[in-house]
Amino acid sequence: MKFADFICFESIVADLQSKDRDGVITELVAALDKAGKLGKGNADKLTRSVIKRENEASTGMGKGIAVPHVKHKAVKDVVAAIGQSSKGVDFAALDKQPVYTVILLVSPADNPDRHLQAMEKIFRHLQQEKFRKFLRQSQTVTQIEDLLKEADVNPSL
Amino acid sequence: MQVGDTVRNGVCEIEVTIKNAAGLHMRPAMQFVDIANQFQSAVSVSNGQTIADGKSIMQMSMLAATCGMKLKITADGPDSSEVVEKLRELVEVKKFGEPTPEEAKGQF
Repeated sequence: MKFADFICFESIVADLQSKDRDGVITELVAALDKAGKLGKGNADKLTRSVIKRENEASTGMGKGIAVPHVKHKAVKDVVAAIGQSSKGVDFAALDKQPVYTVILLVSPADNPDRHLQAMEKIFRHLQQEKFRKFLRQSQTVTQIEDLLKEADVNPSL
Repeated sequence: MQVGDTVRNGVCEIEVTIKNAAGLHMRPAMQFVDIANQFQSAVSVSNGQTIADGKSIMQMSMLAATCGMKLKITADGPDSSEVVEKLRELVEVKKFGEPTPEEAKGQF
């Protein structure tokens, strides 16, 4: 799977305004909602489900990355928003470090395989130091979008 | 296949099949990594294309192990047969505490 297959480029937030975890989740759900990816009237419920899931176990996987996610019937295929925080946000991450990149993933209720394929793509790149560095250095939506498109044609990135 | 086949001294390798409907998503991967980390042996997991460190949640998330997929677990160290047996039990017997596709029917 490619980033372009599931990342909603309209829902890239280059500089997250929220300073806490739940605020960031709300901001990213709103970005997907604004892009029309979530159907009508689902955003609030979705935000609550993502926070509930996050409270069960943090998706802050370390190295400044968190991947909050939820299954929901509002989507027919996996869709994701990306947000970056220059100051860092406390996500109760495994390594207890602040999170700078948040990928919010909404997966369909009845297609677990697509969810796994999207996660594979995310971690294949995000576990590479070079990719994380480029991402952190990206300051605009266009730069982030270009980096993701570059990663789609260059698997070693 | 014989459980815990020892390939050579200190190395133990088996093949397991993912049986829960949702596959190796984050929560099951966490359980896997937690068990692997309780042992001294190095643990690696292969899906045929990618080899992941069985003690790293990020690397395990790269396997995209869907229901029905076979994974090769290799452990190398003094407790390799124990860790491999515990991991096999988690994947194939406990199925990460999740439903199989048959059991999941009607849930969606």
